[in-house]
Amino acid sequence: MATPASTAAANSAVKTKNTRKVDTRPFLWPSVIVLFLWMIVPLAMTLYYSVINYNLLDPSFTGFAGLENYKFLLEDPSLWTSMWNTLVLVGSVLIISVVVGALLAVLYNARFPGRNIARLLVIAPFFVMPTVSALIWKNMMLHPVNGFVAWLQSALGMVPTDWFSQYPMLSIILIVSWQWVPFAFLILLTAIQSLDSEQQEAARIDGAGPVAMFFYIVLPHLQRSISVVIMIESIFLLAIFAEIYVTTSGGPGLATTNLSYLIYSVGLLQFDVGYASAGGVIAVILANIVAIFLIRTVSRNMQKA
Amino acid sequence: MAEVILKNIKKSYGDVQVIKGVDLHIKDKEFCIFVGPSGCGKSTLLRMIAGLEEITSGELHIGGTQVNDLSPADRGISMVFQSYALYPHMSVRENMGFSLKLAKQPAEEIKRKVDEAARILKLDPLLDRKPAELSGGQRQRVAIGRAIVRNPKVFLFDEPLSNLDAALRVQMRIEIARMHHDFDATMIYVTHDQVEAMTMADKIVVLQGGVIEQVGSPLDLYHHPVNKFVAGFMGSPNMNFLESTIKQVEDECVTVGLPGGGTVSVPVKREQASVGDKVTLGVRPEHLLEGGGGDGEVSGKVLVVERLGGGTLVYASLEDGQSISAQIDGNSSIKVDDTIKLGLRNETCHVFTADGLALPQIDRHPLADVGRGSGH
Amino acid sequence: MQNSSDNKLWLTVLGWTVALMIFFPIFWMALTSFKTEVEAVSTPSLLFAPTLENYAQVFERSDYLKFAWNSIYVSFGSTLLALAFAIPAAYSMAFFPSKRTPGTLLWMLSTKMMPPVGVLIPIYLLFRDMGLLDTATGLMIIYTLMNLPIVIWMLYTYFKDVPIEILEAGRVDGVTPVQELFMLLIPLAIPGIASTGLLSVILSWNEAFWSLNLTSSQGAPLTAFIASYSAPQGLFWAKLSAASLMAIAPILVVGWMSQKQLVSGLTFGAVK
Repeated sequence: MATPASTAAANSAVKTKNTRKVDTRPFLWPSVIVLFLWMIVPLAMTLYYSVINYNLLDPSFTGFAGLENYKFLLEDPSLWTSMWNTLVLVGSVLIISVVVGALLAVLYNARFPGRNIARLLVIAPFFVMPTVSALIWKNMMLHPVNGFVAWLQSALGMVPTDWFSQYPMLSIILIVSWQWVPFAFLILLTAIQSLDSEQQEAARIDGAGPVAMFFYIVLPHLQRSISVVIMIESIFLLAIFAEIYVTTSGGPGLATTNLSYLIYSVGLLQFDVGYASAGGVIAVILANIVAIFLIRTVSRNMQKA
Repeated sequence: MAEVILKNIKKSYGDVQVIKGVDLHIKDKEFCIFVGPSGCGKSTLLRMIAGLEEITSGELHIGGTQVNDLSPADRGISMVFQSYALYPHMSVRENMGFSLKLAKQPAEEIKRKVDEAARILKLDPLLDRKPAELSGGQRQRVAIGRAIVRNPKVFLFDEPLSNLDAALRVQMRIEIARMHHDFDATMIYVTHDQVEAMTMADKIVVLQGGVIEQVGSPLDLYHHPVNKFVAGFMGSPNMNFLESTIKQVEDECVTVGLPGGGTVSVPVKREQASVGDKVTLGVRPEHLLEGGGGDGEVSGKVLVVERLGGGTLVYASLEDGQSISAQIDGNSSIKVDDTIKLGLRNETCHVFTADGLALPQIDRHPLADVGRGSGH
Repeated sequence: MQNSSDNKLWLTVLGWTVALMIFFPIFWMALTSFKTEVEAVSTPSLLFAPTLENYAQVFERSDYLKFAWNSIYVSFGSTLLALAFAIPAAYSMAFFPSKRTPGTLLWMLSTKMMPPVGVLIPIYLLFRDMGLLDTATGLMIIYTLMNLPIVIWMLYTYFKDVPIEILEAGRVDGVTPVQELFMLLIPLAIPGIASTGLLSVILSWNEAFWSLNLTSSQGAPLTAFIASYSAPQGLFWAKLSAASLMAIAPILVVGWMSQKQLVSGLTFGAVK
């Protein structure tokens, strides 16, 4: 039998409860700490720089600037042009990739000989590094003299187009879409494949043709995946940089300068740290608006799972 | 000495209480089975004994030691999981020896113990295979072997047979019962299958909604269920419940009405019952007498006849519309739409009050307090 | 039933035409890499004598190997680092969740939303002051942080699929958390860890914002090296194609092999 003393000891053990409960938080902390620093330190510095006078080329240009940088920035037409360009670029690529991606997903969900190889060809551009795809398009496809498109145009008796001077934004949209349509395709195809085949068969027995099938069965099923595609692509598209850097350097004029490129050119080409940082803050705000929607969707999925 | 004692054990997840105060005394070397519908808390209770779930409050003693705060490995238990939970990247030998390796036992000692367990379970030729190369029954054996090797004071089984096909299940049932006999260890076994519980247990614990409904030997639960839930859960086919009212009350006998106007006098204590109370009369299908007779009689129209060979199950609709099932002779020539007369014997009837509790029977069944036969 | 085989023919033609059109630029680049510089800029033609001259020249220029090595070092180094941080974290969150776990996961995801351009200036200045500008190591640190949220998320979803009973059997057998991680979970989750690693390698290999801004010559990976050809240098197109093809080929193959896992990884498990 237990003595009173040992019973008391056992009781106190029940209360403290620290002997058995496994504490794995030390496993989590390193990640949390580095991510916290990664999130907070540069952002705090950006905020700080955005309210001081700081130019790498001009050491005498110092002191607290208050909201001067923001004031100049908001009055600067290049900000508004670049924001508009950002929206045009993101918006067009989103529309193109969702529409074309969905069509491709339906096409390559159908059975035909060599379908699997055709699928691999379609998703290939997504794995090409942005600088390479920009160079392929710039030098080999759209080059006004030696490009493949120019050759096609002359073969058809047309005058070759100088794409990057005449239609700079369209060219950028083309390159970026070429890279991101495969992503939308890949995700929407996965979603279509997860569509219950019995549901499709039931619809076919109920007399649904291919068009009705797409609009009443497939599209509603794709809704969530489409929203995921839109949000993930938004994150990456807001930060598009290499394609512009390699092909047009933001030009001609400001025709293809998006927010990323503007901040880069102000900060690292003109070395105006304060001004560029104010632009960075605006980019963060823009991205956060998108992020709120994405996080909400993902957390809803988490609750479902 | 490996008694398992649960004192007012409770478990909550946040505000939801899933185990609502369980007191239980499992004797040394007893084969104790937790049974109940899914969600009744039986697996949670087992996992708390194993140390895989924290005990929110209450005390758990294994072999005289309070183990609330001990890790699973320090409780002197071993466990066989429903999915077997074999380590897929280890061979059978490594699976069985893993706990000994963790306990830093010498290699030759591990080999000796694993070989011994493999011999008992006839796993010798499989020792170098991976779990993926084994059949379901073989995996089950390895899981048991892994449990044996640790030489635990208490074996825990979490629905170990539910992933096996019917034939194998019967075979493993016999082997586990045999194992209990050979090892002389305490075993706690969770199942939702009342047949498993009836056939293997010394002691059955019926759980529902996180509380114990009844604890007793298989025949105790079969003959003397304390309430309608236990009466309905144990026994196959299920007990018939007929709505009725009390016609007459004596000290050791309560007379209730039968559909069609008859009565039956059941030898139970009257407790608070009085004439006119609504009650439920319970009688098992196998206790009904074909052709009537006994101490009371009902008759009805046959709806369905299931011929099982050895017996025949008849489903009938009584005169007042209530339905009843009866297990009668396998050679009965009864057909659908026939009228059937069924007799009730008063000592096989149960009377449940409106709140579901059974009026206690006067006479105990002679085998109700005997265990599974080994008589520890 | 005859029109069903007609449909099939049309489908085949359409499917292949579209696929070849989308793939054409890559194909054309591959073709160019086997031409001479003169052929590369003359009238497009499928008829030419293939040469490996360009590849030989690219390899002769030892700096190509340096950039390729930088790419390998940066993407594999950052992947290993990210896995080292992420595996214990995902293990802790998947098998010992607390009330705060869902919030922590979402917060980690939210750090991925930060537009790189928003923090470009401070990172650039920090790197300048710490001597990390134009170093592969500096880039590796950035890529580790950049991919850590995705890596944790992917591992978390993979770990969630590991049957917990196996780990519980281990606990009954007496494993400590560290042993549970190394002796049970990691061996069980090797396929998931591998595909997570592949995704991280792909993302790092193709990253072109930080590499263009933080490196120029010594620490530059292939993305930055190839961008240095953006100036009109028509005479080098064939060699550029050869260099580009070698830069994208390994990732293309890896990407093709792991496309399924990529989908769930890139969508944070929202599409499986």
